[in-house]
Amino acid sequence: MQRARTRWHIAVFLAPAVLVYTAIMIFPLFNTLRLALYSKVDQERIYVGLDNFRTLFFDPFWSEQFWNALGNNFWFFIVHMLVQNPIGVALAAILSHPRLRFAALYRSAIFIPTILSFVIVGFAWKLILSPIWGIAPSMLDFVGLKSLFSPWLGKEEYALTTLALISVWQFVGIPMMLIYAALLSIPEEIIEAGEVDGITGISAFWKIKLPLILPSIGIISILTFVGNFNAFDLIYAAQGALAGPDFSTDILGTFMYRTFFGFQLQLGDPHMGSAIASGMFAIILLGVCIYLFGIQTRMRRYQM
Amino acid sequence: MTRNTIKLALLSTALTATGAMAQDVTLTIESWRNDDLVLWQDKIIPAFEAEHPGIKVNFTPSAPAEYNAVLNSKLDAGSAGDIITCRPFDASLALFEAGHLADLDDMDAMSNFSDVAKSAWQTDDGAATFCVPMASVIHGFIYNKDAFAELGVDVPNTEDEFFAVLEAFKEDGTYIPMAMGTNDQWEAATMGYNNIGPNYWKGEEGRRALIAGEQKLTDAAWTAPYATLAKWGDYLGDGYEAQTYPDSQNLFTLGRAAIYPAGSWEISGFNAQADFEMGAFKPPVQNAGDTCYISDHTDIGIGMNAATDNPEAAKTFLAWVGSPEFAVIFGNALPGFFPLSKEPVELSDPLAKEIVGWRGECESTIRSTYQILSRGTPNLENETWGASVAAIKGTSSPEELGAELQTGLASWYEPQQ
Repeated sequence: MQRARTRWHIAVFLAPAVLVYTAIMIFPLFNTLRLALYSKVDQERIYVGLDNFRTLFFDPFWSEQFWNALGNNFWFFIVHMLVQNPIGVALAAILSHPRLRFAALYRSAIFIPTILSFVIVGFAWKLILSPIWGIAPSMLDFVGLKSLFSPWLGKEEYALTTLALISVWQFVGIPMMLIYAALLSIPEEIIEAGEVDGITGISAFWKIKLPLILPSIGIISILTFVGNFNAFDLIYAAQGALAGPDFSTDILGTFMYRTFFGFQLQLGDPHMGSAIASGMFAIILLGVCIYLFGIQTRMRRYQM
Repeated sequence: MTRNTIKLALLSTALTATGAMAQDVTLTIESWRNDDLVLWQDKIIPAFEAEHPGIKVNFTPSAPAEYNAVLNSKLDAGSAGDIITCRPFDASLALFEAGHLADLDDMDAMSNFSDVAKSAWQTDDGAATFCVPMASVIHGFIYNKDAFAELGVDVPNTEDEFFAVLEAFKEDGTYIPMAMGTNDQWEAATMGYNNIGPNYWKGEEGRRALIAGEQKLTDAAWTAPYATLAKWGDYLGDGYEAQTYPDSQNLFTLGRAAIYPAGSWEISGFNAQADFEMGAFKPPVQNAGDTCYISDHTDIGIGMNAATDNPEAAKTFLAWVGSPEFAVIFGNALPGFFPLSKEPVELSDPLAKEIVGWRGECESTIRSTYQILSRGTPNLENETWGASVAAIKGTSSPEELGAELQTGLASWYEPQQ
């Protein structure tokens, strides 16, 4: 006759992770959501319900900035999806080619920018593209294309795309590595079976490998989405909190920072800032849900 | 018996410990002037500590752009230093109203300052003063004397002469006529709009009328500076759109640009970097003989954290900062930051002396957007940055900019509604 013992060890082993995660992630997250429902009037914090959100979405001054930031964020994301991920997949496909020499060298060289700090990347690219000291104008001059150069980071119409491409340069290593790993895990037998059936070279990639790495591409897309809608560092390092020129590079992260902490003569407003942060949270949650329930569940998986 | 001895020993160590603490108070200063770290450590703090044994002073600056945010967080968390360097106007007023800055009205040293000097750190009704005025900065243009001599052009007094000089440099092509970029945005407003503007809106007269609601940002006096800024774009050199503030400083000190729209705070940095002779001229007036107005902006004050553990030592320090002795050390250690005390301070730096001399020739005013008008959302100062950039780039007309700023201001500021 043995009584079921309380399994203390489960709680003990879970405790450190749960406690730390609660203290530094879950509590701040919910506190931010709570903070968005308050406002400060005459040094008193008062409960205002959804007023902050009403201001954010319906006050012309706030909503204009919000939609501008959201639009810029989508453009930032689209550039990554259209440039970073295809290039990442292509690089991975080339790198996994068995007869490519120095593959390890290329792999490291392409991956290195990913481990650099945003501040270094922002600063280095600002110098490269600087119309005064930069090497970009002199390099273009060298090949006779000086007329193509313009101060990209200072022009409203180019600045955001330029920054998005800088970010692509920095992070193209991530999709490359993930896809590379997925490609390596495809058994040799499948490729050989395909060869027997007459599928070789490029068509082997399109018809055999690509369907097999689609789940990885899905994961990369969602990582890109979350990363881009949380982005802040590169814009702040390169353009400052006002995300110039004329807010053309303002994304939700910089908008939130400026509102929350204040800028120059503008005093910080933690409550409006929290409202924006809650908005960002909702957008990312929505995006991830669409992916999880709309796409991932329908994706076909193959037994390898 | 043994137990008693131990008690006694413990007690005496405790006593000596507290005794040692009472003798050596350490004051920590919060500041955004990280450029001045060496001057504080080598000149100002030793001078104070020599006179006041027992008080140690620590100068702990943070980056200018982050200062307000960092300071607010520290004050809320109770980890801020004893002495707070005060930004002018609303940022400090908000700190005072939140109970973070102590009222300093009862300090004798306050009588060393004029009302205008104190106005940046007072409640709107002038009932309480919470920071000791430390320094102001004056706007104008610094120029490369060698370049001017080379081309044989004279220092401009009127706007027509000013643009003639720029045109001469542009035609010659050796020098970039004027070193300023729009990438960081604030230079366009601070060194552009608020530099030349006072000549249009007649200094204090226009500034006070705007606050009172008698003038509007759509009036000619307030939009005309944008029309002038629009003409600057041609003379700023290639790719000025992406040129940052340090880029402009370097272009000028390397001798590649002839004129630098400046604030006087540049002087010590420029003295160290440039190996040519520099001169300064005040913002050009429209017609010869017009009264000139300069932006003599109250920029730095210093106050006491209301939650400090050492209020006495902090007040001793503030009283010393308010004394003429500090003004002399500070004014000469940091040429370009002009002491605000009533007694004029003799400065040794020629460039600083030239600039501070304008106080006698022109009417002084402060930056138009700083007092009261940047209290609401949208923030007029930040909006002015964007507007000045748009004016220089020519993306909006002066009238459009004026209308846009006026709409923003009127949306929250009653006298303008």
